[in-house]
Amino acid sequence: MIRIEGVTHRIGAAPILHDIDLTLPRGKLIALIGPNGAGKSTLLRLIARLEPLQAGRIEIDGLDLATTPTERLALTMAVMGQQTHIASRLRVAELVGFGRWPHHHGRPKAADREAVRQALEAFGLTLLKDRFLDEISGGQAQRAHLAMTFAQGTDWLLLDEPLNNLDMAHSRALMARLADLVRGSARSVVTVVHEVNYAAAWADHVVAMKGGRVVAEGPPETVLTEPVLSALYDTPVEVMRHDDRPLVLHHHWHDQLGTPLPVRTDTDRPTLH
Amino acid sequence: MDRAAATLIAALLALLAAASLVWMFQGIGGGNRAFILQLRGTKLAGLVVVGAATGIATVLFQTVAANRVLTPSIMGFDALYVLLQTAMIAALGVAGFAALPAGAKFLAEVAAMSLLAAALFGTLLGRGARDIPRTILTGVILGVMFRSLSSFLARVMDPNAFATVQAASFASFGSLDAALLPVAGIIAGLCVAAALWLAPRLDVVALGREPAISLGLRFDRLVLVTLGLVGMLVAVSTALVGPVAFFGLLVAGLAHGLAPSARHAVLLPAAALIGAAILVTGQALFERLMGQAATLSVVVEFAGGLFFLFLLLKGRVR
Repeated sequence: MIRIEGVTHRIGAAPILHDIDLTLPRGKLIALIGPNGAGKSTLLRLIARLEPLQAGRIEIDGLDLATTPTERLALTMAVMGQQTHIASRLRVAELVGFGRWPHHHGRPKAADREAVRQALEAFGLTLLKDRFLDEISGGQAQRAHLAMTFAQGTDWLLLDEPLNNLDMAHSRALMARLADLVRGSARSVVTVVHEVNYAAAWADHVVAMKGGRVVAEGPPETVLTEPVLSALYDTPVEVMRHDDRPLVLHHHWHDQLGTPLPVRTDTDRPTLH
Repeated sequence: MDRAAATLIAALLALLAAASLVWMFQGIGGGNRAFILQLRGTKLAGLVVVGAATGIATVLFQTVAANRVLTPSIMGFDALYVLLQTAMIAALGVAGFAALPAGAKFLAEVAAMSLLAAALFGTLLGRGARDIPRTILTGVILGVMFRSLSSFLARVMDPNAFATVQAASFASFGSLDAALLPVAGIIAGLCVAAALWLAPRLDVVALGREPAISLGLRFDRLVLVTLGLVGMLVAVSTALVGPVAFFGLLVAGLAHGLAPSARHAVLLPAAALIGAAILVTGQALFERLMGQAATLSVVVEFAGGLFFLFLLLKGRVR
């Protein structure tokens, strides 16, 4: 599990996180949700040691982030940040191959090559493997970065807005892939998502943040409710049930910013297919 | 190293060997052959050291800066070296400066360059290296500041000291400082060996800070070490022939363009060989065939400047 104790963070004088205490369970697909500026990405970057910890303590599977060598942490967690621009001219397979670096340090073995092949296949990149990154679309490049993270073969995957640049089909495929990863191989995923319905449909555990604080956490059914989400985003939402999971409606035609939802009858509800 | 990379390295080695043979034996005549060969051999070694040092320094710098248009010279590295020289001449006077043991003085300068480069540019690149316009602007401002400080110090010096500073401030491939060659060669050799040893890690550095940290690399430390190496290589090159602005850009651009892979195990030797081959071939052409009718440094800078514009227009500035 990831244990976060008393984590406070500032950028300059501006407080970003306020005394966060949080435990993220193993073997779950965990979604961090919340409005812009909530501190989701900062919290993820602190767990991923992309930012130095200013106050508090973070442990991942019993390894203290402050004292564990970064080489050891790279065998426990793989991180995909929002930076996906690379100055080097690399082919897709070369990029994905870097995911095995913590295992071989520049001397790949057969097992590493097999892991890369599987990662390319899992993200539908086999046919693109010999293309240069500047010859493919933004969404395909995003998938290549995800495949690199996946190839690292760690127990934890930390993803900062992995659905950026992905179309609807690839977003859904990625979330399904992450859910399979969690259920099939007992790996754990922590991901920042902006579209709450991806959390609603796929997450096992949701952490809702606002103003640098955790305002709710737990299974989707307990966090993705109308009172929590309306307060979280300062906007009216409606939560329905679909396939036994929450479905959040937040851009219906009469959903105006700052105005409460009008009372409506069942016949007003959209038909879901 | 795959077949295409091995072919490239072999071709560059053959080119350098051919240029070196022409340089050594063309028009040697029947006079004092041993003396002429020694003279030419020293100069050849100097050109190879400068070409390799500049090429490798530029590739290393572009890797940590994460873009292909920045060079140590554009960022003011060699201006920093000239400032160090000027400050020493100002403080010690020409006689005092000349009385310093050349080897020890050079080692101290290389150490100072390395530390200053790591401190200054490490801080700069750590904070917003992705903001390319800001990084270039800061580098240009630092370069102008170093040159202005040198110029100010030169103005308050006596004319003899000023002449000494002037001699150190312009590139001259024709009159390289042979006294420094052994120690400069050893330092450059050690830096090149260190860079080649770091090559697999530099491939990960080239992915950028976030992926590199995720993959377990001690990114910030490695960037400082790399900048330290860049500082030493620039010190070696500048001490031997003076500052060259665009030569490194030309060499690194050609290395990236010709190398079949972005791996530093290929890029670094390719850049070293290209740098050395350009200088030896160019100097042979100018000195032997054209009878010193032109200056290599001017032509190299002109070609490098054109290449810089070509990169800008082609949109490969990343």
